[in-house]
Amino acid sequence: MSLKLSTRQVGDITVIDAAGRVTLGEGTSALRDSIRETVNAGHKKVLLNLGEVNYIDSSGIGELVSAFTTVTNQGGQLKLLSLNKRIQDLLQITKLYTVFECHDDEAAAIRSFT
Amino acid sequence: MSNPGTELPVGGERLDAVYDSALESVDAAEEAVMAIAGRAGFDEDSMHRIGIALREAMVNAVVHGNKYNAHKKVRLSAGMEDTSLKIVISDEGGGFEMTKVPDPLAKENLLKESGRGILLMQAFVDDFQVRRLSPNGTEVTMVKHLSP
Repeated sequence: MSLKLSTRQVGDITVIDAAGRVTLGEGTSALRDSIRETVNAGHKKVLLNLGEVNYIDSSGIGELVSAFTTVTNQGGQLKLLSLNKRIQDLLQITKLYTVFECHDDEAAAIRSFT
Repeated sequence: MSNPGTELPVGGERLDAVYDSALESVDAAEEAVMAIAGRAGFDEDSMHRIGIALREAMVNAVVHGNKYNAHKKVRLSAGMEDTSLKIVISDEGGGFEMTKVPDPLAKENLLKESGRGILLMQAFVDDFQVRRLSPNGTEVTMVKHLSP
């Protein structure tokens, strides 16, 4: 299963719901395009919902980092929502838990944006 | 050769295959090795870890080693040895020095978009070895033990 992305607005926050695999190729390209479209549309508060993402490789992790720097370089915030145990493990192994703000609850995540 | 992977004679739970230097080969290799690992009895978490390690090694071979060169191949062998899955992947690229690979956990590298593949392979298998081949190429050997 490749990556499927859908975008919705909750107030001034853009929630990107991702489902599938974030791996080198179509998955990473789709995520990059979605983030660019979001930022280019002027949206600077992004919540990336990974609840339905079951697989991320190192290229996918790199794309998450790219998304983070793209949004923050525009003065925005990118946060992650609903990481499963395996993705949490990947962020621990790569020390990216120190970079990303991660939430389990969408309402709490929405409230956390400033 | 347009076929992403051509299997050579297979005996029992051993796979010997030659793949084109294309991303489609990564998926094909993953599917083939996952089938062996599944039949060997690895649990779901171990399967996931084997899959990630395998994909990282294949991507390195296709992208960084052979640089998508259609004239260069990626060779994969995988099979159970006693209670361990042994995977060997080789490319025909220029090779690299492990000691010169930047530490992806260093503060200055945390926000880099690439460079985490070897870290994940090392984390997800029980034994990880890299050696340069003569005259060209890199061979990665990974072993994952079947938990009792």
